[in-house]
Amino acid sequence: MILIAVISLGAIGAIGAALLYATSKKFEVIEDPRIGQVQEVLPGANCGGCGYPGCGGFAAACVKADSLDGMLCPVGGAPVMGQIATILGKEVASAEPMVAVVRCNGTCAARPRNNQYDGVKSCAIASTLYGGETGCTFGCLGYGDCVAACNFDAIHVNPETGLVEVDEEKCTSCGACVKACPKNVIELRKKGPKSRRVFVSCINKDKGAVARKACANACIGCGKCAKECAFEAITVENNVAYIDFTKCRLCRKCVAVCPTGAIHELNFPPRKEAAPAATKPAAPVTDATPKAAEAPKVETKEETNQK
Amino acid sequence: MENKLYVSPSPHIHGGDSISKNMYGVLIALVPAFLVSLYCFGLGALIVTAAAVVFCVLFEYLIQKFLMKKEPTICDGSAILTGVLLAFNVPSNLPIWIIAIGSLAAIGIGKMSFGGLGNNIFNPALTGRIFLLISFPAQMTTWPEVGQLTTYADATTGATVLSLLNEGALDKMPTLCDMFLGKMGGSLGEVSALALLLGMVYMLWKKIITWHIPVSIFATVFVFTGIMHLVNPAQYASPLVHLLSGGLMLGAIFMATDYVTSPMSKSGMIVYGIGIGILTTVIRLFGSYPEGMSFAIFIMNGVTPLINSYMKPKHFGGK
Amino acid sequence: MLRTFRIGGIHPPENKLSAGKKITALAAPKQVIIPLSQHIGAPAQAVVKKGDLVKVGTLIAKAGGFVSANIHSSVSGKVNKIDNALDASGYRRPAIYIDVEGDEWEETIDRSETLVKDCTLSSKEIVDKIAAAGIVGLGGATFPTQVKLMPPPGSKAEIIIINAVECEPYLTSDHSLMMEKGEQILVGVSLLMKAVNVNKAVIGIENNKPDAIAHLTKLAASYSGIEIMPLKVQYPQGGEKQLIDAVIRRQVKSGALPISAGAVVQNVGTAYAVYEAVQKNKPLFERVVTVTGKAVANPSNLLVRMGTPINDLIEAAGGIPENTGKIIGGGPMMGKALISAEVPVTKGSSGVLLLTKEESVRKPMQDCIRCAKCVNVCPMGLNPAFLMKYTVYKDWDLAEANYIQDCIECGSCSYTCPANRPLLDYIRSGKGKVMGIIRSRKS
Repeated sequence: MILIAVISLGAIGAIGAALLYATSKKFEVIEDPRIGQVQEVLPGANCGGCGYPGCGGFAAACVKADSLDGMLCPVGGAPVMGQIATILGKEVASAEPMVAVVRCNGTCAARPRNNQYDGVKSCAIASTLYGGETGCTFGCLGYGDCVAACNFDAIHVNPETGLVEVDEEKCTSCGACVKACPKNVIELRKKGPKSRRVFVSCINKDKGAVARKACANACIGCGKCAKECAFEAITVENNVAYIDFTKCRLCRKCVAVCPTGAIHELNFPPRKEAAPAATKPAAPVTDATPKAAEAPKVETKEETNQK
Repeated sequence: MENKLYVSPSPHIHGGDSISKNMYGVLIALVPAFLVSLYCFGLGALIVTAAAVVFCVLFEYLIQKFLMKKEPTICDGSAILTGVLLAFNVPSNLPIWIIAIGSLAAIGIGKMSFGGLGNNIFNPALTGRIFLLISFPAQMTTWPEVGQLTTYADATTGATVLSLLNEGALDKMPTLCDMFLGKMGGSLGEVSALALLLGMVYMLWKKIITWHIPVSIFATVFVFTGIMHLVNPAQYASPLVHLLSGGLMLGAIFMATDYVTSPMSKSGMIVYGIGIGILTTVIRLFGSYPEGMSFAIFIMNGVTPLINSYMKPKHFGGK
Repeated sequence: MLRTFRIGGIHPPENKLSAGKKITALAAPKQVIIPLSQHIGAPAQAVVKKGDLVKVGTLIAKAGGFVSANIHSSVSGKVNKIDNALDASGYRRPAIYIDVEGDEWEETIDRSETLVKDCTLSSKEIVDKIAAAGIVGLGGATFPTQVKLMPPPGSKAEIIIINAVECEPYLTSDHSLMMEKGEQILVGVSLLMKAVNVNKAVIGIENNKPDAIAHLTKLAASYSGIEIMPLKVQYPQGGEKQLIDAVIRRQVKSGALPISAGAVVQNVGTAYAVYEAVQKNKPLFERVVTVTGKAVANPSNLLVRMGTPINDLIEAAGGIPENTGKIIGGGPMMGKALISAEVPVTKGSSGVLLLTKEESVRKPMQDCIRCAKCVNVCPMGLNPAFLMKYTVYKDWDLAEANYIQDCIECGSCSYTCPANRPLLDYIRSGKGKVMGIIRSRKS
C-alpha cells in the first residue's frame, strides 16, 4: 500500500521535474548578464527621469547602446554613470547637473485670491476647470501634483506662500514634477557652479498691467533685464522674460534692474550693502560684487526696488 | 470682493444621500426581525444584541482613535450595524465574553485591518461569526428553544430545523407556517422569514438595495434543492423548508447585500447570488456543517473583486 | 407609460422657480464684451477694428474654420477695442468691446412680429443662411448648427429630434420660449426638416411642462410630420444620446455620431433661432436666459443681448442676494461656476443660477463603500467608482477599456454618491487624458 503511494508520487514528481526542465530549457530567455550588473548600480527608483521605462529599461538601453553619450541617470548622476561605464567598458559622457526650478513667486501676499476653489485638490483637475484662485492664470496653483509625483521627497508646498519649493539637496532632476505640472511652472535648469543660478521666477504671459494687477511679483515684460544683459541670455517673448541658462554668466545685473523682483538669484553670497529685497527670494537681493566663477565685474550702484 | 465666490467643477448640487443614511436605513429594516427575536428569546436577545453593538462600537472607536490615529467615525452607523448583524447570527444564550471576542474579530480583523469601512474584503459581521463558529463550535451550535422570555445563559436548548435535516429526522420538523413566522430554534435574528422579508421590502422601497442579490439567491436555492427533493424526497427536504430555515433569509437579505463586499454591476450581483445559492445548498446537503450560508457568502465575498472585473455594467450602445 | 432613456438616470428636485414667468427683454448695457470663442471649434476671426461703427446684427467676426461660427454685434455703437477679456473659466481670451450708442438695427432684419410660415429656399440655402447667422446649439453645447445639418457622406438622416426636455433643474428658458413662441418654433422645426431632407420630427418635452406639451400639440396639428412626445422626467434626458434612446429607442454606439442612428438632434431654442435667421434675416445676437436661485428675489426669464455682463442680469432679477456662495452659468448639474459676475452672456448661456453659501460648499469626501449607486444612475452604463480609481492610479489602458471616453459628464454619479466622492472631477480629468491618447494614436 505504502509502496504504491511512494512509487506513484515519485513518478509524478519525476515527470513534473522533467517537464519543468524541458520547458525552462526550451523557453529560456538569454539575457546579457551585464544588464543585471548595471541595474544593480542604478538607484532603483524607477522614476523614468532618464526617459526609459524604469531602471531595468535604462540598464538594457545602456548595454545595447554603442556609447553612453546622451545617457544619463539624473538621480545617480556622474558617480553612477561612471560605475556603469566601468562595467560596460565605455566612455562616460559628462553631463551638467540639473535641478528643478519653480518659476512662480506669486506668494499668497503678492497674489490675492479672488475666489475659492472647492473641487478636488489637484492641479490637473483645477487647471482643466479654470484659471485658478487668483487673477494670474499662469502661476503655481499650489495643490501639489508635483509633490505627489516626486519620488525623492524633494518638493513641498510651503503653506505660508502657497507655492512649492524644491529641496535642491534631494532633487535629482528626474523631471517627474515637470511632467506633473499642468501649468508648466517647473523647469529643469542647470544647477550652476556652487548651485548658484539666476532665473525669472514668473511665466505670466499677460500684458504688464494685467499681470501686475494679478500679482505684485509678476514679470511685466518690461525688457529692462534684456537690455541690461551683456550676453544676450535674456529674451522677452509674450510679455515674459526668460533667461537662457546656457548663456547666462551669473552677473546678476538683471536681478538688480527688475522692477518687480521677478528675477531670483540663488545661493550667492550676500552683497556688501544690504538692501531690502523686493520679495522673499531665497537669497537677499543686494548690491555687491559677486564672487561667482566666470562672473564679470559688476557695477555696485543698482536700485533693486524701483517704484 | 470681500465675499469670495466658490468655484468647483459640476455638478453643483448633491442628492443628500450619505453613508450614515444608508446604514441607519438598514438598521430600521432590521427592527421587525429584532422585535420577533425579542418575542421569541426575550431577555437573551436583548442582552446579546446590546452587548454586540456596544463592543463593536467600542472596538471601532478604540482602533480608530489609538491605532489608526484618525477621527473616529462611529456615528456613521456602520459599527452599530455590524454589531446588530453579528448578534443576529449567534444563539441568544451566548456568553458576553464570547460576544466580545466575536466583536473584536469582526471589527478588528474583518474591517479595520483592511483600512476601515469601504476597504474590507469580507463582511465584518460574518468574519466575526465564522471566527466564533470555528473557535466555539459547542456554544455556537446550541440554540435555545423559543419562548423562554426571562432566561439568558441558562436557557434550555433544542434542535434547529437544519440540524434535524442533517440528522435526517424529517418527521420532527416544525410546520412551514411556524417557520415562516419564526416559531423555531435558531440564531436570534434569523428565525422569522416574515420579519426579514418586511425588512427587505423596506430597503427596496428606500432604494438601499436592489432586488438582484436576494432574489437570485432565493431562486438558486429553490431550484437546486427542488431538484434534489424531486430526486429523493425522503432524504432531501422540500425547497420551501430550505428557504425558510437557518440563516438563509437573513444572509440573503442583509449579509450578502453588504455594499462593500458585493459586486457593483447588476449582472455581477446575479452571478454572486447564484454562487451563494449553490454553495449554500452544497454545504447544507453534502457538507458536515448543517448551515452553509455564512461560508457561502464568505467565499463569494472573496470572489467579488474577480466578478467586478469581469461582469461590467450594461454599456450604453452595446460593446 | 411615458418613455425615457433606458439606462440609469436621476431625478433631482426640479426647482423651476421661474416657470410661467413671461420673457422680458433686457435693455442693452453701456458696453458689451463679445468673446470671439462662444462655440465649440475654432475661434472666430474679428472683421472689425477699433473705432468701427456697427449696428445691431452687423457681422463682427467670421467663422475661423469648418467647425466655427460667425459672430454678430448685439448692439449698435462703436468698437472700443479688441482685447483679452475674462471668460467664464477665468482665462483671458480675445473679445470685442463695443460701446453702445442708440439702438439701430441692420435694415435687412425684419423686426415685425408677423409670423412668416412659407419658405421657398432650397435645403442648401437654408443651411447657408443658418451658417451666416452664426447659429450654434443653444442647449449649452454650442456646437455650430450648420455642421450638424450636413451629415457626413454615407449617412442619411431619417428624423429630426428637437430637444425641449430642459432636464436641468432650475432652468426655464426653453419652457418660456415654447409658451410664447410656439408657432415660430414649429416653423423653425419645419425648416430644419427641409434642411436635412426628412419628413419626420419629434419634439421631446418632459412631462413636468404639461402646459407646453398641450400648447405645442395643439399648434402642431397644422404642421405635417411634427409630433410632440411627452417624456418621463429623468435627468440627463437632454443628453443627445439619451434623447435619441428615449424617442426612437436606438442607442448610439460608443464613439459614433448621432447620425449613425439616423437622428439629428437640435435644441428647441436653436429651432427658434433658425426661424429668426431664415424667415426674418435676424442673426443670433440675443437669447433667453433664466436668472434663478432660491435666494433670488425675482427669478425671471430674460431676453438678453450677447455680451451683456451677467451682473446686469442679476440686477434685473432683484440684485445679488446677501449670502451668495456660487454663481453658475447654466444649470446646477452641468453648469460652470463663474469666478466673477462680470463675465458676459454668450451663445451658450442658458441660465444664471445663484446658490447660497450653504448650497455651495461640498461635503467632505469619505471612502468608497462600493454601494454601486453611481453604477445604477450612470446613463452611459459605466462604473464611475472604478473609473475614478483608474484615474487616480493613472491606469489609462483600463480606463479606456472601461469606456471612460463615453462619459457625458452629466454629474449623476457625483450627485448620487453617499460618500460625497467627487467622481466626475476625476473622471473628467481621466477622460481628457484618454481622449488625448486616442487622438495621438489616430494621428
